[in-house]
Amino acid sequence: MKIVLIITLLSLSINSWARGTYQKPADFIAETFQGNTPKKEAIWLSGTVRETVTKILTHKPKGLRVRYWVHKQTSAWILEEIGKTEPITVGFVLNDKKVERVKVLVFRESRGDEVRHDFFTRQFQQASLNPDYKLNRHIDGITGATLSVRALTRLSRVALYLNEQRLAK
Amino acid sequence: MRTPKLTAVAMMSALLFPLTANASEADLQKQINELKARLDATTEVIESSARTDKPHGSSKVQMGGYGELHYNNLSGKGGAADKTEMDFHRFVLFFGHEFSDTIRFFSEVEIEHAIAGEGKTGEVELEQAYIEFDLNEQHRAKAGVFLIPVGILNETHEPNTFYGVERNPVEKNIVPSTWWEGGAAVSGEFAKGWSYDIALTSGLNLGTGGTTKVRSGRQKVGNAKAESLMTTGRIKWTGVPGLEVAATITNQDDYTQGLGTKNSARLFETHAVWQTGAFALRGLYASWKVNGQTSGYDKQEGYYIEPSYKLSDKFGVFVRYNEYDNQAGDTSQNGEKQQTDIGINYWPHPDVVIKADYQDQDNANNQNQNGFNLGIGYQF
Repeated sequence: MKIVLIITLLSLSINSWARGTYQKPADFIAETFQGNTPKKEAIWLSGTVRETVTKILTHKPKGLRVRYWVHKQTSAWILEEIGKTEPITVGFVLNDKKVERVKVLVFRESRGDEVRHDFFTRQFQQASLNPDYKLNRHIDGITGATLSVRALTRLSRVALYLNEQRLAK
Repeated sequence: MRTPKLTAVAMMSALLFPLTANASEADLQKQINELKARLDATTEVIESSARTDKPHGSSKVQMGGYGELHYNNLSGKGGAADKTEMDFHRFVLFFGHEFSDTIRFFSEVEIEHAIAGEGKTGEVELEQAYIEFDLNEQHRAKAGVFLIPVGILNETHEPNTFYGVERNPVEKNIVPSTWWEGGAAVSGEFAKGWSYDIALTSGLNLGTGGTTKVRSGRQKVGNAKAESLMTTGRIKWTGVPGLEVAATITNQDDYTQGLGTKNSARLFETHAVWQTGAFALRGLYASWKVNGQTSGYDKQEGYYIEPSYKLSDKFGVFVRYNEYDNQAGDTSQNGEKQQTDIGINYWPHPDVVIKADYQDQDNANNQNQNGFNLGIGYQF
């Protein structure tokens, strides 16, 4: 009984949720550009772009295009990938060709939610893409959250790759 | 019947037709803008339709599974038998269903050793079948048959997630993994990186013989005696990437299930998993206090330590030292077992693994099985 009481009291002190929407995608974009949200743009997932994204995700992407927002060297991307059975929505802020910030916006799985914490997403800061479309650094996993970690790592690679394609236009 | 290709051609013709008319540059630009707007609107509709689909199809039913084929080539010494066998050790299918955003079902059915039936070597087992409810954003409850929250492998044991063809002997013989019971549990997170599990379930039935290994006391929720239920509590910390530290305690007041003198069984287990870059380290200690047992079976304990190194995304090597004793309460019983494993995993895909290892035993009774094991496993 005491344990239950302690757990209940401790849970009240948590600000973040284990499962749910941590930040609306629109709010993430507005926060990134400090209220001056630029016009939404799109990159089409066709031809070699689609092939490369398929290779990174190890499955075909679901959408026809990916929307992004860009101002000067800063670009913001909202991407989704399935962890075990449900899609995880993640926001990426890239500066030039490096990751500046990663935030899990919506987590729908019932396991593996530790990936939403700053102590995990901080690892992606300053990561860039190698020529083989892998990150230039190792991301330490979380035991029991392997599939969520894998999803976020793949999405960061996709964001960096699509940003390279945008810059190459 | 109009095919999708014909439909697409028809749509494109309709879209492009206005461009065939004679028009000024300004008109053409206007038409291009209109076409862009139409294309955007069409794409929005298609993407919106795709987003409403559930992953892996339109059903709320999810399916998955894992399996592993083993080949053991072991030489027996000191009276131990040789073992040269090919075994499809586990074939498992998961089925899940989402009743709503907050209520879901999960199940796991396993065929062990490929063939089951009277006189056959294998078994068909229902290892998980529970309904889970989200109580709020941080806590959830479940009821049914589920895996006891203990050890490293008991809940996460898909073959591509661990080293070694066979699961380590400490978790197998002491924890004892795979261990599932029927009952109810609550779990959740109470601070950043801190999680808990509390369960009230069916428990062991070690009988009245007084010389039983805990592994033999698993009832597998098949008409299981439930005179004495078991309580389990686990606390886990994953506050740093790559690190997990956890401890579990189970308690059962009467492991004879009312058939003999009332005696308790208690397990304490703790483990740590640390992964930094290509290096990983796993260590686990588990100890049972089984009151009233004789011949040393009143204490059953063991530990292992397993450093590993990933040479690349596809290759990893490991070495593991295991020590356990199901008769640790009496050192004169020669129950101590030691085993060293060394081997390699090859992942041609993150969810497919090919394994090879060599095992060397140094048991106190001098009955050892030494040799190599090969395996292939998968999950999806």
